[in-house]
Amino acid sequence: MGPTIVTEFTPWASLTGGALIGLSAVMVMALFGKIAGIAGITNGALGAVVPMGRAPSDRNWRIAFLAGLVAAPLVYALIGGTVQQTVSDNLVGMALAGFLVGLGTGIGSGCTSGHGVCGLARLSSRSLAAVLTFMASGIATVFVLRHVLGGF
Amino acid sequence: MRNFLGFVSGLIFGLGLVISGMSNPAKVLNFLDLAGAWDPSLAFVMGGAMLVTYLGYRLAWQRGRPLLSARFDLPCDRSVDRPLIVGAALFGIGWGIGGFCPGPAWTALPLLSSGILVFLPMMLVGLWLGSYGKNLSILASKGIVR
Repeated sequence: MGPTIVTEFTPWASLTGGALIGLSAVMVMALFGKIAGIAGITNGALGAVVPMGRAPSDRNWRIAFLAGLVAAPLVYALIGGTVQQTVSDNLVGMALAGFLVGLGTGIGSGCTSGHGVCGLARLSSRSLAAVLTFMASGIATVFVLRHVLGGF
Repeated sequence: MRNFLGFVSGLIFGLGLVISGMSNPAKVLNFLDLAGAWDPSLAFVMGGAMLVTYLGYRLAWQRGRPLLSARFDLPCDRSVDRPLIVGAALFGIGWGIGGFCPGPAWTALPLLSSGILVFLPMMLVGLWLGSYGKNLSILASKGIVR
């Protein structure tokens, strides 16, 4: 959404950042024995606010994990990094996008981290099917918004 | 200690998202835009993350149990069922509209753009509805192995 912004190809930064994401996923497995899926962790933490039938027994580390996620860009800026972020200000579109992301990861039991990173690393065929599906629907959505509906 | 280590894990994950460019919707949308301003960077994020996770998981599992928990809790469902595909398809559409998946949505919060202030609460509502609806109706797909 919004005008297309040309972004720079950053293979080394992306590889480094990816390795950090992997390190965190390994920590969550080695420490807590859990999949580091952000949708799942959010869902477990949400149980603290909204009762959802069976309450997760250990939600406090999940809330702390989310606090770490929120702190990350601030810490990165503090140590001198530049946080680049271009967010659409089409609020109706962003509301719809947020709802679909939440609903889809809730129904499909995972997102880019749970199915993408952790699931594929476990060689789960279920996660592979999820990844191929959300990649395809994401690519199709961007194609329609940018090249069929013309920019948006 | 558990909460501190949870926080550190989240901080490292978030720094990974910020450094890799995954937390920038413009970069995500360009990755998905094969017919336009294609930016293949995010393939490197997935590659780096999967390589470290693949190797690290196997090291972690060798110990037999996690450091702070009784056992490894892994999904054992391997079935490709309707909720999985429908859910993943809906998620992909939302991802393609907004450029945010759940992790980057959290790291975007302190920057307080108007878009994320709408996106994140709607994501939480959708996540709650989706998880609740899935458990209500079709099938619970959680299990424990190892």
